[in-house]
Amino acid sequence: MIELTGIRKAFNQGRENEYWALNGIDIAIDAEKVTVLRGPSGSGKTTLLTIVGCLSRPTAGRVRLKDQDISGLPERFLTEIRRQTFGFVFQQFNLVRGLAAIDNVMLPAYPCGLPHGELRGRAEELLAMLRLGHRRDSRVEWLSGGEQQRVAIARALINRPQVVIADEPTANLDTALSREFLGILEMLREQGKTVLLTSHDPLVVEASVVDRVIGLRDGRIID
Amino acid sequence: MAAWVAKQRYLIDYTVASLLRRKGKNLGLLVVYTLLIFMLASVMLFSHAVRREAAQLLEGAPEVVVQRMVAGRHDLVPGDYLEKMGRIRGVQAQRGRLWGYYYDPVVFANYTFMVPVAEAPQAGHIAIGEGIARARRAGPGDVISFRSYSGRLFELTVDKVLPAESEIVSADLVLLSESDFRAFFGIAPNLYTDISLRVANPKEVRKVAQKIADELPDARPILREEILRTYESIFSWREGIVLVLLAGAILAFAILAWEKAAGLSAEEKREIGILKAIGWETSDVIKMKFWEGALISLAAFLLGYAAAYLHIFRFSAAFLEPVLKGWSVLYPHFDLAPSIDGLQVATLFFFTVFPYTVATIVPIWRAAITDPDAVMRA
Repeated sequence: MIELTGIRKAFNQGRENEYWALNGIDIAIDAEKVTVLRGPSGSGKTTLLTIVGCLSRPTAGRVRLKDQDISGLPERFLTEIRRQTFGFVFQQFNLVRGLAAIDNVMLPAYPCGLPHGELRGRAEELLAMLRLGHRRDSRVEWLSGGEQQRVAIARALINRPQVVIADEPTANLDTALSREFLGILEMLREQGKTVLLTSHDPLVVEASVVDRVIGLRDGRIID
Repeated sequence: MAAWVAKQRYLIDYTVASLLRRKGKNLGLLVVYTLLIFMLASVMLFSHAVRREAAQLLEGAPEVVVQRMVAGRHDLVPGDYLEKMGRIRGVQAQRGRLWGYYYDPVVFANYTFMVPVAEAPQAGHIAIGEGIARARRAGPGDVISFRSYSGRLFELTVDKVLPAESEIVSADLVLLSESDFRAFFGIAPNLYTDISLRVANPKEVRKVAQKIADELPDARPILREEILRTYESIFSWREGIVLVLLAGAILAFAILAWEKAAGLSAEEKREIGILKAIGWETSDVIKMKFWEGALISLAAFLLGYAAAYLHIFRFSAAFLEPVLKGWSVLYPHFDLAPSIDGLQVATLFFFTVFPYTVATIVPIWRAAITDPDAVMRA
């Protein structure tokens, strides 16, 4: 589904502090599978995730999404692909404070201009699915860490993306909540979603729900 | 189309929610902004209305008024001047006017005594302006006594109080008969305060004035258009003074608005990053933030302008009265006829709403074009 060829990514290119976060990555990510990028801090996991998710462009190399080369597309088109194809769950959840859970969930769909009733119905359905129906009108800063993550997952799913991307999803959760997250992962896989995670949490990496683990170190694939 | 409309609605909904989330900051800004618009609009509305009022009043005034000068001072005009002026070509009608000032020590105010052209009161009777009626607490049927400059006491019966709509000119006016006027001020029968002339052709007014000055070297013709120009400059000057006084407030607001609008808080930058990461386009973010600035400035403009309108036309410009009206001792209680100058509204709008909205756009644009992956690393 997603194919990366010769991906390299530099930060501060041409300056004294030039740094190559990725040094030639070639991988193919299968559809409807759960793939984990594993590696120590600074190995390039998050950078690779941003390139796959169209949040940034590679300095060199090609990204193909369903056989279409998207690495050279202008920002507007990348945004459109990002919105339609990918759903993101960030490490810090990145919810908009001051807004209710349901409003946060609906946010990614605003630029699509769906009828309000339909959008709200979809958001309520997702919150109910993630056992958050009773918290839908609570402001997100009043929710617990686990609840916040479930709001972030609901938000990632609102545009019905084919791919869900999660960056260190269990980094801020205790063991019980991490297991709960793995349950959600299972559900997503059953729904036919392609899931790509970064993690160095053994609980996630060794979970049965994970189909494939890709090891990274110093911007290269090691296994 | 429906999707586009729905999208705009979502953007506006989000903008309003965003404004409410930062209630303190936005409300403070709105209050200061509204106050500034209120002050500026009040000065502009008042000056415009009062200038218009003055122009309308003078429309009915004679084209030329002739005074006689003696030793550089305004003196009484002999009656035979009327005949001499009547012979000048272009003069349609001429009339001797009788008016003068009187200081009333009872209420410490100056009145204008005048013999009207038509419907002069009978001897022993007067009509008075609202200002005098208020100051002396007099109404129709009451007797008012004035001590003339010769020391003689005159007791005059009030026939009527002049209508309130003419108060801008009649607040301090006492209309009386010619005989009472002459007796009160001790003016001989064949002398007048000045002479008014009607000139049919507006193009001849200056020529007529020149002929008068040539034939009667001690006469001083005053043209209506000159009086109008004087009014204009007096009100413009006063408006200028108030605006200069307001300049400090405007500057303070400019600094506040710039600080509020131009600097995005870390929270706002984070929010922009999140929106971009979850699929909002740069243009959506800019639009949303633009609406935020535009809503505040438009609301402030409308509230401030409406408050100024009420202040000037409903509450008689209570705050500006001492500076802008400055009439005489008896302030006229006049309600200005509501009038709005489109160009003035546009000018005020352009110098307040426009710069603020632009000031909000630049930093947002800068924040909105940053790569959306920044949020992954926050």
